[in-house]
Amino acid sequence: MLSILSPIMRIIEIPLQALQRRFGIQRLAWAFLLPNLVLFGLFAFLPIILNVIYALTGGDNVLLGDRPFVGMQNFQTLGACSNYLDPNTCTKDLFWRAVWNTVWFVTLQVGFMVGFALLTALVLNRDIRARGFFRGVFFFPVLLSPVVVALIWKWILQRNGVLNAGLEAMGYDSFAWLVDRGWAFTWSVFLSVWAHMGFYTLILLAGLQAIPRDVYEAALMDRASPWRSFTKITLPLLSPTLLVVLVLALIKSVQVFEEVFAFTGGGPGSATTFMIQFIYQTGFAGAPRLFGLAAAASILLALVLVLLTALQLWANRRNVDG
Amino acid sequence: MKKSIMTTTALAALFMAGGMAAQAQEVRFMCYSDGNECEVYDDVLTRFEAENPGIDVIVDVVPYQAILENLPVQLAAGSGPDIAKVTDLGGLHEYYLDLAPYVDRDYWEASFGGTLDWYRGGAGDDGLYGLHSQLTITGAYINRTLFDQAGVDVPGADATWEDWAAASRAVAEATGTQFPMAMDRSGHRIAGPAISYGAQLFDEDGNPILVDEGFTNYVRQFVEWNQDGTMARDVWAGQGGSTYQDAAQEFVNGELVYYYSGSWQVSRFDRDIGDFFDWQVVGSPCGDGGCTGMPGGAGIVGFSQTQHPEAVAAVIDYLAQEDVYAEVTARTRNIPAHAAVAAAGVEYEDTSPQAAAALNAWAAQVPNISPIAYAYQGYAGNRAMFGITVQRVTQAIVGELTVDEAMDRAVSDLADAMAETQ
Repeated sequence: MLSILSPIMRIIEIPLQALQRRFGIQRLAWAFLLPNLVLFGLFAFLPIILNVIYALTGGDNVLLGDRPFVGMQNFQTLGACSNYLDPNTCTKDLFWRAVWNTVWFVTLQVGFMVGFALLTALVLNRDIRARGFFRGVFFFPVLLSPVVVALIWKWILQRNGVLNAGLEAMGYDSFAWLVDRGWAFTWSVFLSVWAHMGFYTLILLAGLQAIPRDVYEAALMDRASPWRSFTKITLPLLSPTLLVVLVLALIKSVQVFEEVFAFTGGGPGSATTFMIQFIYQTGFAGAPRLFGLAAAASILLALVLVLLTALQLWANRRNVDG
Repeated sequence: MKKSIMTTTALAALFMAGGMAAQAQEVRFMCYSDGNECEVYDDVLTRFEAENPGIDVIVDVVPYQAILENLPVQLAAGSGPDIAKVTDLGGLHEYYLDLAPYVDRDYWEASFGGTLDWYRGGAGDDGLYGLHSQLTITGAYINRTLFDQAGVDVPGADATWEDWAAASRAVAEATGTQFPMAMDRSGHRIAGPAISYGAQLFDEDGNPILVDEGFTNYVRQFVEWNQDGTMARDVWAGQGGSTYQDAAQEFVNGELVYYYSGSWQVSRFDRDIGDFFDWQVVGSPCGDGGCTGMPGGAGIVGFSQTQHPEAVAAVIDYLAQEDVYAEVTARTRNIPAHAAVAAAGVEYEDTSPQAAAALNAWAAQVPNISPIAYAYQGYAGNRAMFGITVQRVTQAIVGELTVDEAMDRAVSDLADAMAETQ
């Protein structure tokens, strides 16, 4: 094999040696990094730069040359509010409705999801019958496309859906679940928890299985109650994994869009309109297309995600350092 | 040897030139269908290709959403098709190819005079930009069988919105029907009723205002009907943003007494309702401002960025010819915008007597259309106004805003939109 490769290696060596002589061994590293840097530059760095430029320009033209420079005006428009807690007092009330909807959604969805994922992982970690089957059942929704998830639940919850058929069969009145603001929001949280819980359950299950069994055996010999074992052994030893799960869930939750958009379209009114949908509607679906305002909102969202990612990196480092 | 190389090179150049010439005549037509339009265009344009061997027309069938959302971005980026079927007639004006240098202006003016302005850039623009392929009118359908079963008289031609609401409620109550009334979730749909209530939509100088007393009065009534169950609340309140939503399925299912939509539903109702029940076109109810619906529809336009303007104009001009236009209209079951075709009448193909009667009933509604409705349809910024209307009216229906707050927001949204597009 080596005998076949060596002539090829010698051919490759020729330009590399020439490059090394010309630039030195330290700078040669850049030649190896160049393909990756070009791809990163084109598909990650350039879009970020373009996004910033759009955020600093106005009008509805997509071509940068035709867009007037407006400085921070788009950010000022988004932030113009006399009371941030009341979107009706803001210039862009729909942006602040989306912000507060997202805050509530993240709080409820992450809280319920991590709680249920932990509970499920604890149950699935026990020696129960058909454990493999149940692990599959809880993980299955993760494999579904967000649009499929939305359509399944829409069929269940719509006016002539399965849930109302069941209620009517039991003698109750049907209810327009997706036309009521509170219920539409509640079901959006539920749907999202249902769709993503399996992934976090799997991570927590792996964390639980990494806890040495002899620690529990020692606790049992000391006649520790199950609750005490949970609070004094399981939770402390699981906390690094739990922290990672929490941060990952937070990042994913802030980015909520596809499934809720297909599920409720952001309604009723703006009850389930979240940040990404606001950006999409402002920049692409509405008329006129306010690319600058959408870009400014996406930069604000990116800042939140950067903070959460920093938190995740810190959590990972903390895990590695023990 | 040298001679043979030169000959080969010359032949290769000739083939390449020939190949490029063949490619140069490729015309891409981005088309969406309400029923079978793209299928019919594809068929008709096959004959055009046979008569014009140098031009190859490729009909790309896309969803309507792609026309609304993707096409404008493609055009702005300079990568759009050569021809498209569009509904944002004035909004895309800046990208249109002026067909005037390539077609018979007199024929076009005589045939499409009433709709040519919808594609133009404003006063002083006399270009020929669009072939109005489908004239549509908004208005109402009723489930006639339910009226007969309930023993409720169908209100007359001069009935008001209140008359229709009372009759629809009575029918729904007597027959146990789920919804008395419904209206498509669309700013275009609600415009006709608002104009009938006295909305002017534009000031004396022709600047858009959207909200005035007439507009507010209709919105207030509409919100009230959504809240008291007269209107099917699911249609408007069940969505967010400015997403379009119709109630055609509810009407087909016999769950709806009175459905305010438009002429383009005839094919669907003819196909899906069959003899399940009798349905009837009743046009638009009346108010202080008249009994108007909104005109509209779709048109075929060429884009100035095309490499082959003559071929594009030839394709559109072919579709504009009286015999071709009449055939397409008959096969697609649409209302003609071509004066001569409309005057001669259309013998619709594969259509039941009920659907033919419906199409004729729609055609009879054309004289009722208010000049304000024509102006609104032709206004380049109407899509922004439609979107604002849907967003804010829905917020009032679901209780996020009062009607007055919603109208204030609509005014400021319109001002923002105007500022961004100037």
